[in-house]
Amino acid sequence: MMLAQELPRLLYGKPGTPLTFGQYQSTFATSYKAASLLDELEASGLTGRGGAAFPTARKARLLREQRSHNKVVVVNAMEGEPVSYKDSTLLSTNPHLVLDGAAILASIIGAKDVIVCVSRDNPNAVGNVQRALDERARAGARGPQFKLETAPWRYVAGEESALVHWLNDNESLPQYRPQRPSILKIRHHAVLLDNVETCANVALIGRFGAAWFRTLGTKVSPGSVLVTVTGAVERPKVLEVVPSMTLRTILNFADADPDPQALLLGGYGGSWLDAAHLDTPYDNESLAQWGATVGAGIIVVLGRDGCGVVETQRVVKWMANESARQCGPCAFGLPALSDDLAKVGEGSPNSAQALQQLEHRCGVIDGRGACRHPDGVVRFVRSALRVFAGDFQSHARGAPCGASHSGKYFVAVPRLEKERELVWE
Amino acid sequence: MGVRRRTGVFYLRVNPILCDGFGHCHELAPELVTMDEWGYPIIKREPTPLSDLAALESARYAVRGCPRQALRIERVSEN
Ligand SMILES: Cc1cc2nc3c(=O)[nH]c(=O)nc-3n(C[C@H](O)[C@H](O)[C@H](O)COP(=O)(O)O)c2cc1C
Ligand code: SF4
Ligand code: SF4
Repeated sequence: MMLAQELPRLLYGKPGTPLTFGQYQSTFATSYKAASLLDELEASGLTGRGGAAFPTARKARLLREQRSHNKVVVVNAMEGEPVSYKDSTLLSTNPHLVLDGAAILASIIGAKDVIVCVSRDNPNAVGNVQRALDERARAGARGPQFKLETAPWRYVAGEESALVHWLNDNESLPQYRPQRPSILKIRHHAVLLDNVETCANVALIGRFGAAWFRTLGTKVSPGSVLVTVTGAVERPKVLEVVPSMTLRTILNFADADPDPQALLLGGYGGSWLDAAHLDTPYDNESLAQWGATVGAGIIVVLGRDGCGVVETQRVVKWMANESARQCGPCAFGLPALSDDLAKVGEGSPNSAQALQQLEHRCGVIDGRGACRHPDGVVRFVRSALRVFAGDFQSHARGAPCGASHSGKYFVAVPRLEKERELVWE
Repeated sequence: MGVRRRTGVFYLRVNPILCDGFGHCHELAPELVTMDEWGYPIIKREPTPLSDLAALESARYAVRGCPRQALRIERVSEN
């Protein structure tokens, strides 16, 4: 059967009841034979779903050109963003779509091995991948050799160089890579690393072709995307949406507060968006005018009775703690941003000075870490300064809003129980 | 080695993981490096012309003087 040209594509089936290998083979039976899978991927215009939206074909081509023995495809299922669960929802619905996409990528670049990296703190996802791999093996599926690896969950553990370093040396530490694009290596073997959702899209393109893929989405952001919607919602949801849909439509699907104050888009390294822009389509081209991106596919809805200053501080405090503490500007700079935000939030006599310092420090920290973790935080803080400008001013004047004392939070932040855990040091 | 062309620009680059914030680079190349409040180097982001021999010399001093070997000069030729 050929899938219909509408939604759902990726989430075809039922979350929590993964399609078995047999069901997958019949549901997603190949209906299109591409002359060259790489050209097909290129024509599809697929971009990475791990946050940076980098063209998937360009990365694959770069890896195909590498003269390396035993290349490896790594599937990134770490899902480091705390509120995100779109990757695990995909794995609990259609795990074989992901594995199949990884197998296609492996054939494109000439790799014999695929490593699926799942966070060990997510036992359901680990189980779903393991079961799917067993089914594949039992069915005698052709293709690369698959392996499941379970890394400990940390925010930066899903950063590509940290993940590869973990596979090499069991330490989730990002690496300094001055040349970009740089080729990641597992024991001297070149690595192609892609997000779970990206792989699933590759499988769709391989089976149904680029033209089919492009029947949804926009020219620059083709296909469908998964998004986790949380915050002021009835209950958190993972939705499969089309990038040309407006944010308002998506909020409507998610049973979210129809009249929010702002949205947090992209994750904790993403940005705030004023609710005045709810009629913007959910694609990077359109969101760029407000300084936002789709990022890692997260929408946190901030209700009118929430305080943007306080929420920003809570997120930044958590993100500061998630620094791998290898680089001075990140290890010292992020806690300093968090302290500044706390001082502004208090609405004390120091607040005005703290606000000035906050703006200054954003400029000092930006771009000075080995990985982009601090840049994400700076970007997030700057967006808060923009979107909640009025609130920051009144806090700084010593007149914090009522909401900041209500104790009502919309953005879920994990407890700091792992604070200064000696994973890195 | 031959004669190095003096056209083009260079950047001083730091590996932030290696850097321990001893601050020697700021003393050795003040025109290229300032310090942040935690003692880590803020390196001039703009390119410096290779024809600025004094700056290039300072950059070389900084590279050699860095106890962590965290610094590097990146030349970009103009084509
Ligand atoms: C601090 C940090 C954390 C990241 N965490 C994740 C993650 O948990 N999962 C993920 O897929 N990508 C994550 N990324 C992005 C990856 O580095 C990488 O770009 C992505 O997995 C590439 O896959 P894609 O091209 O399919 O998007 C993170 C990036 C940064 C800077
Ligand atoms: S920038 Fe921060 S998170 Fe990234 S490697 Fe450096 S210390 Fe670690
Ligand atoms: S001299 Fe080297 S280690 Fe010291 S601050 Fe400069 S770059 Fe860092």
